[in-house]
Amino acid sequence: MQPSPTQSPAQSPTPSRSNLAGWLYVLPLVLVLVPFFAAPILVVLAASFFATDGFGGLTPGFTLASYVEVLHSALTLKLYLATIKFTVLTWIFTLIIGFLVAYFLVFHVRNQLLAIGLFLLCTVPFWTSNIIRMISWIPLLGKEGLINQVLLALGVIRQPLEVLLFSDLAVVIAYVHQLTIFMIVPIFNSMARIDKKLIEAAIDAGASRFDIMRLIVVPMSKSGIALGTIFVVSIVMGDFFVVKVMSGGGSASVVSAFYEDVGVLQYPTAAASAVLLTLVLVAIVSLILRTVDIRQEITR
Amino acid sequence: MSAVLAEMPESDVSKTVAPATTKAIAPSKGGRPWTFYVLAALFAFYVIALYGPMFCIYILSFQDIRGGLVFPMKGHSLHWFVDLFTQVRTGDVKGSFDRSIKLAVIVTVITVVVSFLAGLGFRKRFRGDTFVFYMMIGSLVAPGLVLGLGTGLLFQALGLNASWYTSALGAQLSWTLPFGVLVMFAVMSRFNHVWEEAAYDLGASRWQSIRLVMIPVLAPGLVAVALFGFTLSYDEFARSLQTAGSLNTLPLEIWSMTLNVTSPSLYALGTVTTIVSFIVIGASLGTIVLIQKKRGSRAKG
Repeated sequence: MQPSPTQSPAQSPTPSRSNLAGWLYVLPLVLVLVPFFAAPILVVLAASFFATDGFGGLTPGFTLASYVEVLHSALTLKLYLATIKFTVLTWIFTLIIGFLVAYFLVFHVRNQLLAIGLFLLCTVPFWTSNIIRMISWIPLLGKEGLINQVLLALGVIRQPLEVLLFSDLAVVIAYVHQLTIFMIVPIFNSMARIDKKLIEAAIDAGASRFDIMRLIVVPMSKSGIALGTIFVVSIVMGDFFVVKVMSGGGSASVVSAFYEDVGVLQYPTAAASAVLLTLVLVAIVSLILRTVDIRQEITR
Repeated sequence: MSAVLAEMPESDVSKTVAPATTKAIAPSKGGRPWTFYVLAALFAFYVIALYGPMFCIYILSFQDIRGGLVFPMKGHSLHWFVDLFTQVRTGDVKGSFDRSIKLAVIVTVITVVVSFLAGLGFRKRFRGDTFVFYMMIGSLVAPGLVLGLGTGLLFQALGLNASWYTSALGAQLSWTLPFGVLVMFAVMSRFNHVWEEAAYDLGASRWQSIRLVMIPVLAPGLVAVALFGFTLSYDEFARSLQTAGSLNTLPLEIWSMTLNVTSPSLYALGTVTTIVSFIVIGASLGTIVLIQKKRGSRAKG
């Protein structure tokens, strides 16, 4: 493959000079990330310790009242349980579908151009509006929607099913619809790098189809699965509009509660809950990152 | 994903996959294992589920004035498209549409330039590179609404007015730049350093080697970065919600419509915005294919 970044042949002056050059190149990136990522996170962190007058005014100070309030509320536990439920269900479905789709494209489509074409077909909706893709389920899942109409016509059901839209089911469907692509792409990338000779050798050595899957394909797709998992988990845990719209207001998640808090100007409580969520997210992501070095994975 | 499409013909994948697959997975020419049919059916089902609902709303947006939110179609006309751009009750669709396009163009230009430079910088290790890298990953995975609120509060504390071309621009960049840089990583990893070395050997300056060697070679990858920049900004919602100020961008307009408009106007808006997305996607992919083709013919001739 390519030489690793460390052995880059382009003139290698003293370490301090290459440090300076590296920083110059990433300086614009840093100049965006500091004011629009680092600073806002610190502002939220600070706001979580402030007191409020209840009308959106913040009094600088240091109080743990917001955290006590969030942690003592029975609602918090309920919100986290709901969020975890959505995250786990979405993760399982996106993983299974994403893995099988990637497997099909890499190992079963013989024509390379066709494989890339089908892969692009899967990715195109990613570049269109998520909100539109979400509301596009309404004519299908609604009480008078297509699925109910078909089932009624077939005589499978007598009453239209109401659980299809504005329910937890609809929320999970919308998530899986939007996020499976985040599993397909990284898993496809790692599977495409598996040397086919390896599988040939396994077949020659008498391995069954299941053995090949268990001993070669799954272990060698692990980094792709890890990357996809980071995307899916962080997006579902940070989402609020799918939950709000697709559950019809019936369900809530940590961030949708945060959104309500912001709406009624309860900034410190909202900030405290956001800080807790971020900590949970950081813990999950760093746990996943321990199993895979994504930087090396991407540059490989 | 873009790395794959940007490097289509010359990717190392193409060399390894084709001959071996036919032997290993599908032993004889005509015979496919039963798993092929199962997975092909699953794939077809996935694609139908992916596109089916979207096409439903495109079709339903062409109903006439009696139209509702579900099938069956009631007549056909462009009534809801006219309604969308003329009715005041649905909000300022035209204004937000203009703003979203302008903002997306600005974001695209900044994303391409900054991601390209960062991609160059990350090729070599330097002190603190891991810190910058993980700050970028953090910006990618942080809940958008929380970041948006933080940015909004920051602007408030500094006494600045939040608006779509300041705070929302920055908030969107915190989302598009990590994607852009990750795509650059994938593109750069396929860049052969020998070409750059050759340029230096022939006496090129650093700037000349970037302008005359790297940019032309990496052009398809840069188009892919631009595609990410434009579409991610054009559809961005969570980070813009608290930062756009008093004037809405298009996704914010759609959001408020989902809450209070229950007519096919909503679907008409969906059709219009998807057409714009499809034009941008088509133009980007077309450009990439064109560049590759030009290269192919030049290499032959």
